[in-house]
Amino acid sequence: MRIGPESAGIEVKGLWKIFGPKAERVLTSDDRLLEPAALRERTGCTAAVRDVSFEVRPGEVFVVMGLSGSGKSTLVRCLTRLIEPTAGEIAIGGDDVLRATPAGLRELRRHRVSMVFQHFGLLPHRRVIDNVAYGLEVQGVAKAARHARAREILTLVGLDGHAGSYPDQLSGGMQQRVGLARALAVEPQVMLFDEPFSALDPLIRRDMQAEIIRLHREVGKTMVFITHDLAEALKLGERIAIMRDGSIVQLGTPEELVGAPADDYVADFVRDVPRSDVLSLRWICREPDEHDSMEGPPLPASTLIKDAVQVATATALPIRVTDGERLVGVVDRVDILAAMAPRQPVTA
Amino acid sequence: MAAEPGLAPPPAFRLPRWAAPAAFTLVLVLAYLLLRGSGTLPHDDDAPQFTAITELREWVDAHKNDSPLFLYFVNYVRLFIGGLFALLQTSLHGLGWPGLIGVMGALGWLAGGWRTGLLAMASLAACGVLGVWTLTVDTLALVGASVLLSLAIGLPLGVWAGRSPRLRRALGPVLDFMQIMPTFAYLAPMVLFFQIGAPAGVAATMIYSIPPAIRITALAIEQVSPTAVEASASLGATPRQTLTKVYLPLARSTMGLAINQTIMMALSMVVIANLINSPGLGSDIIKGLSRENVGLMLPAGLAIVLIGIALDRTTMAASRQRFRPSRVPYAVAAGLAGAGLTFVLPAEWPWVLRTAQPVNEAVRWAERSWFEVTDAIKEAVSLFLLNPLEGVLTSAPWWLVALALLALAWRIGGVRPAVTVAVCVAAIVLLALWEHSMVTLAMVIVAVAATLAIGVSLGILGARSARFSAFQRPLLDAAQTLPAFVYLLPALALFGATRFTAIFASVIYAVPPVVRLVEEGIRNVPPTVVEAALSAGSTPRQMLWKVQLPMARKAILLAANQGIVMTLAMVVLGALVGGGALGYDVVSGFSQRTDFGMGFAAGVAIVLLGIMLDRITQGADRRPPPLRRKSL
Amino acid sequence: MKIRLLAGVLMLGVALAGCGGAKVEDTPSAAPAPSGSASASAQPSAGGTVKIAINPWVGYEASAAVVAYLMKNELGYTVELPEIKEQLAWEGFANGQVDVIIENWGHDDLKKKYIETDGVAVEAGSTGNKGVIGWYVPKWMADKYPDITDWKNLNKYADLFKTSESGGKGALLFGDPSYVSNEEALIKNLKLNFKVVTGGSEAALIKGAQQAQEQQKPLLFYFWDPHWLFSKTELVRVNLPAYTEGCDADPKKVACDYAELDLDKIVSKKFADTGGKAYDLVKNFSWTNADQNQVAMDINDGMTPEEAAKKWVEANATKWQAWIPK
Repeated sequence: MRIGPESAGIEVKGLWKIFGPKAERVLTSDDRLLEPAALRERTGCTAAVRDVSFEVRPGEVFVVMGLSGSGKSTLVRCLTRLIEPTAGEIAIGGDDVLRATPAGLRELRRHRVSMVFQHFGLLPHRRVIDNVAYGLEVQGVAKAARHARAREILTLVGLDGHAGSYPDQLSGGMQQRVGLARALAVEPQVMLFDEPFSALDPLIRRDMQAEIIRLHREVGKTMVFITHDLAEALKLGERIAIMRDGSIVQLGTPEELVGAPADDYVADFVRDVPRSDVLSLRWICREPDEHDSMEGPPLPASTLIKDAVQVATATALPIRVTDGERLVGVVDRVDILAAMAPRQPVTA
Repeated sequence: MAAEPGLAPPPAFRLPRWAAPAAFTLVLVLAYLLLRGSGTLPHDDDAPQFTAITELREWVDAHKNDSPLFLYFVNYVRLFIGGLFALLQTSLHGLGWPGLIGVMGALGWLAGGWRTGLLAMASLAACGVLGVWTLTVDTLALVGASVLLSLAIGLPLGVWAGRSPRLRRALGPVLDFMQIMPTFAYLAPMVLFFQIGAPAGVAATMIYSIPPAIRITALAIEQVSPTAVEASASLGATPRQTLTKVYLPLARSTMGLAINQTIMMALSMVVIANLINSPGLGSDIIKGLSRENVGLMLPAGLAIVLIGIALDRTTMAASRQRFRPSRVPYAVAAGLAGAGLTFVLPAEWPWVLRTAQPVNEAVRWAERSWFEVTDAIKEAVSLFLLNPLEGVLTSAPWWLVALALLALAWRIGGVRPAVTVAVCVAAIVLLALWEHSMVTLAMVIVAVAATLAIGVSLGILGARSARFSAFQRPLLDAAQTLPAFVYLLPALALFGATRFTAIFASVIYAVPPVVRLVEEGIRNVPPTVVEAALSAGSTPRQMLWKVQLPMARKAILLAANQGIVMTLAMVVLGALVGGGALGYDVVSGFSQRTDFGMGFAAGVAIVLLGIMLDRITQGADRRPPPLRRKSL
Repeated sequence: MKIRLLAGVLMLGVALAGCGGAKVEDTPSAAPAPSGSASASAQPSAGGTVKIAINPWVGYEASAAVVAYLMKNELGYTVELPEIKEQLAWEGFANGQVDVIIENWGHDDLKKKYIETDGVAVEAGSTGNKGVIGWYVPKWMADKYPDITDWKNLNKYADLFKTSESGGKGALLFGDPSYVSNEEALIKNLKLNFKVVTGGSEAALIKGAQQAQEQQKPLLFYFWDPHWLFSKTELVRVNLPAYTEGCDADPKKVACDYAELDLDKIVSKKFADTGGKAYDLVKNFSWTNADQNQVAMDINDGMTPEEAAKKWVEANATKWQAWIPK
């Protein structure tokens, strides 16, 4: 139907969303710099998104993480103007979203960006297959064609045989698979996930996360994933933006966040993360000194610490950490053990 | 908390909490004793306000055939409504009784399965057996026409209001007004615009039944899951697609309730519409009323209840269940079969049970044998309750009563209700209806007190005994669907034409919803709370007074509120059996040309009284319960 | 039936597409009988349909029943008897909802408007009944207090008539709110210590009067002659200041008794022009108070109006045969 790349990048520059009366006026005055509580006190407005800028590469899984009220859900809704941003620039696949006409915007939502919601947003009066086909129906695709497509997608998400059920006959996890299928059915370039798994049981959540990783491998869409769960963020995200009070406080790879938190807020967040699961050897290797043997086994610098354990147990010699041919440093058992030990509060 | 002045050391002497209100009450009582008889506003049938409205009416009447408003609008509306009604009436009669029963049964089956279908058929057949078939069909046509129009206007408006809070706020008071305005009061203007006959009846019924169509639809739309709406928008649905594919289907079952309520309201209005020569069951009821003939009224009244049951169950089932398209052909076949039988079976309903004679004898017997008791009750209530209250309200200076009302509203609800009350009081005074309003107020107070006493007791009993609840439920159901007119007659037979009769009838009318609300309120007390109270060793009595009733407070207040509105609605009808005051003004305004102005003004005054009482009781509801207030 | 259906649809169309405006006289269904019970319209009749309004007192109903019976059985008309109160019934002349008011009590103001000004109604002669409204007490009271029948002494006995409804004054029981009434003005202008208490219907008046006589209870009430009750219960009229020509001209200043009225029939202009034999029957109809009371009493005793009319018609052939147009 449409000729274009399979996935598209997103560029966001200086995005603001202020709720409340006279939002425009707040934006142009110095009030916008106030703390949230002070801002509300003074103007009755809430700045949900404050001057946010980031880029998502085509095909990337980009995670926005923050606690509730940090503005992450508002941010993701601004991307397709489900919530109208107050100011800023958004481009998806190079097209300016904020200047799009209503028809253009619908076109964008119909074909290029689709979304998965926390509470699924399924239509209880429609069968699963009609829910999945909803996006196509809205586009005006004929019934036979859209049902055929919906069946394919149902197979893809593992819901074969449930096409004729109604949403309330399915478990929560299955319902979210329907939500996922509905988003996939329109073959979007970008998929937005608004805390899709937070309403699910832990076990099912793990399955669904695996499902996302699998799907990403298979269909390779650009994904923007909102979550308040750090473990989820670390698991899925190629890059993670941490939001607080409407602003991004740090944006980086999981390793960067855990290894080099930008401020106390982020540090506090990542304190309980097992570093060995996230950090690679690059973060703990040191310059070899004269005592170190250079005979130890080599490992690439991107190897996770936990994955180096096995090698370390097999040899008493320090492991040589390499980046291609180049030697980055060495790591010995003690370094690995130290990295794996839970961090103690400084006062202890 | 920090700013709480109460944290300062308590003063040596502190007035108890009740001191200020008590002192104020004392001042009011003293003022009354001193000023009694002065500053009253005695009623005058020929107040300039009334004559002005009457003259306006005469002027409109005189220009019916030359004003463009009538020539190009009102008369076309009348012709359109009349045409719609004639169409329905003709088609329903054209189906014949087997056809109509077949169609109703098919619809019932389609909506809710064979039970509903059989119930619908049996209800309709029973109307035939009662000997009121043709009137029943006329009533169905009248209800059908007005419900169709109500829905045609009400549903779109409701959908709009559901998505626009601003419109919702704007519509609120208008709908309140339409619902509290006694139906009698707008019959006269209806006649002025649409003449007597079916169109005016349909229009009046429509006005009465449109508020629930709008309100409940708006609620239904409001309640649609915002995520589903967002999901639809995120997939690029146009607003129209979101409306037809998300809002409407998701709101369907609640909108079914809107339709259901609209039909019920219309049914309760059809009797009154008969006063302006609309056809239907009401004619028998009105005839019965003017001839004190319960036997004549009863079949018609029962037929209305039966139609109500059939339509209620069918629409409720339709809104609850998923639509099964596979059933449509069978239903059509059943309907056709019924219509086909029309050609085989006799055109007239074949078998009628005559009940008038025995019913009348039973009524006469009751009248004779209970007269002593009923008369004593009536006299006691009138002399010891009603007359003193009325005396105080009408002999006190009007501003003193107004002040007391204002203080009450302010004390219970705060500033806003007080302002509303002030506006209402002022308007009543300006309408020159102060004295009659006070007489009506006295009646309403007594009736609401009785309604609450009976309703709350029955509600408590029902909540505590499942068996009692099961026993009273069908009675309450019937009492609620029975047209209000029907209550008037036994009341009249027992108590004669007095204010007490009107009060009695309105108590019967208003008790069922009160019982229901109270019972539900008590049942809805969370079981964990009840368990906790039990484990703390509460006696059943303590449980009731310390746990269940306080927690059902909201429901009881709502019940009081409902009781007031329903009592006011009944007060006008009560005028037909000696209720007097505002209700009588409305009725006579409707039947005497020269009193049109007074009748119309009295209708407005009833609305004002209603809004006033409504706001005061609602104010009580909005206030946080005492416990939380103390801790603040 | 099909034709009426078609007519309904057509009228919808015409109503919407019409030009030049719609008059009050226009009715939605061009076919006969747009409303009313369909039992009447189910069997089309030779002569068409006549609508006789039923006002809420039994004497009226008696006259209407007899006329309706004759129209149906002697002339082959279909008759509808819609229950409409006095003043509203006049409004029905304009748009064809009412053809006949069979017993009209005065109403000079309405005659002026509908007959003279609007020209939608015409008089159709006397019913032969003399009607008079008045205030009555049960016979036992007149026996016990002979001077009570003079209005000047009413205040003396006001306490007797006190009830819980009359607010410390004497009660004057009134009937249906739609009845012709000077009561409020009379009480005010004659300075009587009485209050009008409304019973709401003729039935309430009858019941009150019967109880008052049987149980020897005091009662002052509004009533009228002709009425069958006079033959069952003895009632005595209270003499108000005598009626003189024009003393009731201003309704607010009335201080005299009701005039004796020659009850008459009013029909719509349309019915007078096109009513044919039915109109002639209405015009010829004239009987005595005794005739009416006989039929009314039968109705009150439980007969349907139709049965009561049949009984009278069968017993009084010579009387009604004079009314049937040749």
